[in-house]
Amino acid sequence: MSLIVAQNIQKDYQVGDVLVQALRGVTFDIAPASFVAFVGPSGSGKSTVLNLIGCLDKPSAGKLIVADTEVARLDREESASFRGSHLGFIFQDFNLMPVLTVYENIEYPLIMVQDVPAAERKDRISRLLDAVDMSGQAGKYPYQISGGQKQRVAVARALVTNPSLVLADEPTANLDSQTAYAVINLMKRMRDELNTTFIFSTHDQKIVGEAEVIYRLVDGQLENGNSPGNNTKGGTLHA
Amino acid sequence: MLNLFKIAIRNLLRYRRRTLMTASLIAIGVIFVLVFVAIAGSFKLMMIGQITDSMLGHLQIHRKGYVASIDNLPLNLTMKPSAYKKMVTVLESSTDVDAFSPRLKFGGMFSNFTETTNIRLNGVYPEREFRTVPLLADRIPEGKKTLERGEIIVPILLAKGLKVKTGDPVVIVATNADGSVNGKQFKVVGVLESATGPGGRDGYIHIEDAAEVLRMSEPQVSEVAVRLKKFDRLSTAASSINGKLSGEVNKEGTPIFEVHTWEQLSPFFNIARMIDVMTFFIRITLIAIVLISIMNVMIMAVYERIREIGTIAAIGTLPRRILSMFVIEGFCLGITGAVIGNLIGGAIIGIVNLVGIRFNFGQQKGLLLEASLAPGEMIAVSIIVILVAVAASLQPAFKASRMDPIEALRHV
Ligand SMILES: Nc1ncnc2c1ncn2[C@@H]1O[C@H](COP(=O)(O)OP(=O)(O)O)[C@@H](O)[C@H]1O
Ligand SMILES: [Mg+2]
Repeated sequence: MSLIVAQNIQKDYQVGDVLVQALRGVTFDIAPASFVAFVGPSGSGKSTVLNLIGCLDKPSAGKLIVADTEVARLDREESASFRGSHLGFIFQDFNLMPVLTVYENIEYPLIMVQDVPAAERKDRISRLLDAVDMSGQAGKYPYQISGGQKQRVAVARALVTNPSLVLADEPTANLDSQTAYAVINLMKRMRDELNTTFIFSTHDQKIVGEAEVIYRLVDGQLENGNSPGNNTKGGTLHA
Repeated sequence: MLNLFKIAIRNLLRYRRRTLMTASLIAIGVIFVLVFVAIAGSFKLMMIGQITDSMLGHLQIHRKGYVASIDNLPLNLTMKPSAYKKMVTVLESSTDVDAFSPRLKFGGMFSNFTETTNIRLNGVYPEREFRTVPLLADRIPEGKKTLERGEIIVPILLAKGLKVKTGDPVVIVATNADGSVNGKQFKVVGVLESATGPGGRDGYIHIEDAAEVLRMSEPQVSEVAVRLKKFDRLSTAASSINGKLSGEVNKEGTPIFEVHTWEQLSPFFNIARMIDVMTFFIRITLIAIVLISIMNVMIMAVYERIREIGTIAAIGTLPRRILSMFVIEGFCLGITGAVIGNLIGGAIIGIVNLVGIRFNFGQQKGLLLEASLAPGEMIAVSIIVILVAVAASLQPAFKASRMDPIEALRHV
């Protein structure tokens, strides 16, 4: 069973009189517990793909099924609760809530998105704090910690709701390369422990090597068509 | 819910100065309303009390047509004894009536044996009159505060003009209903300070003396002043008494009595109304202040936090949660302003009472202003402020809840 099935998806944007074709028929298939990267130059359509998988936007054409759900059919409210129950998000700019502590940032989705009872909240958060090695900074506010630490907190926040899929659009773009590696490896380790699928995008060739499945986007299309050799699960592919 | 409040308060504290300024603005508005309501309201009640309790009574009953020519004090429009008895039954059976006082009013001449002038007189049963208009006694600074037969209480302007003191003999001359003239000597037992409003410069004699001067076999009644147990039941009591009395009709089938509240008899009622209108507009101003300041702050808050809104929306926060997050922020701001305003407003009113502000009203000097604030007023103002604060944050909050996560996340 695939976690994600994308068949010939297209995404057009109307900008004034111009039709921008951000995705021109993209087909792929992602199995559960994969560690996937979408790679490509700026403007190639990486964010568009991740937004569509992330149920933040809808394809103009084609079929997209995420966790057995045809996402195009969901309305605003349903999309929000689908994201809340199945997906986790990691952002390029970390996007932690500045008024909440590290602990409270991880707790946020458990209270505001899911209604998880207090005892279980505490349990899950402390386990994740340990896993991302932030137990010592639980009471700090985002402005008091480094970028790498923020992104580790963001990883914990994305995982705390036990999602089947975590989406990370350029999660390392604002980190130095060493920290970037550390964050990607943390994500990979979490995949190993929790079997959560991770999909990230990057234009950084060094990071790409950490992915197990790599999709290369150029001008809204997957490179080499959709040849099966390009998305072999489990193997590391280098360009 | 508790957590939404926690987030709201943290966000408010994030822009401490702005929050403080907005809350202060609301607090100042609340203080303004409370202090105005307390002082103007108390002033109004005291004025009404001065008018009703020193002369007018809460309401008055006359024979139909008397009030239209009340300035002439007509003697041909007194109540018939049988009609008066029926009215007494109605008043005595009413649970609203505390006391009532029948009066025989007439105009005459007042003489100190060297000079003569006009006087308007009330013939009254002294104990009943003093019970119905309790401030009457306060208006007699010199002399005794009772009235026996053969005695007269004279208004101060007249006493001064004719140099009359307590103990002096004076003569009252009056024309009775038939047109013949009669006179009687009285002893001055009191000098009466003026009261604001109609009848505030009348003299008082015993009703039986009045009947004697006017050559009536028994005292007739031209006016009945009524005091109610509860002043705030004025209109209900007046209409209930009016309802019972309107059953009394003459041969032509028209009612024989007319009931007027003090509001219809005293021009001061219009001033009291003005105070109410001003209070109303001050309340509207408060609402405008709260509405504009909260809306302004919340629009800024939403604008500044577009990316945060995008983040929480992306990770699955439902639109209505986002809406309530911002509405609660406005609510907290409103409640803070209301609480501070109530505390400071209450303190100011306390200080006003402690200092003891005195003022003059007509001839009455040095009345002590007792500013009082009903808890209901504080609660009402607070509820208005909080409701308006919530209403003002609804639009920005709704905008936040409808934001598209992708666009919001891309916002710089
Ligand atoms: N909301 C939008 N309106 C118009 N054009 C857009 C919009 N979002 C993306 N695009 C266009 O779609 C293409 C792909 O964008 P994007 O997916 O953001 O690329 P990447 O993330 O790989 O840099 C680009 O040409 C971009 O200009
Ligand atoms: Mg992008």
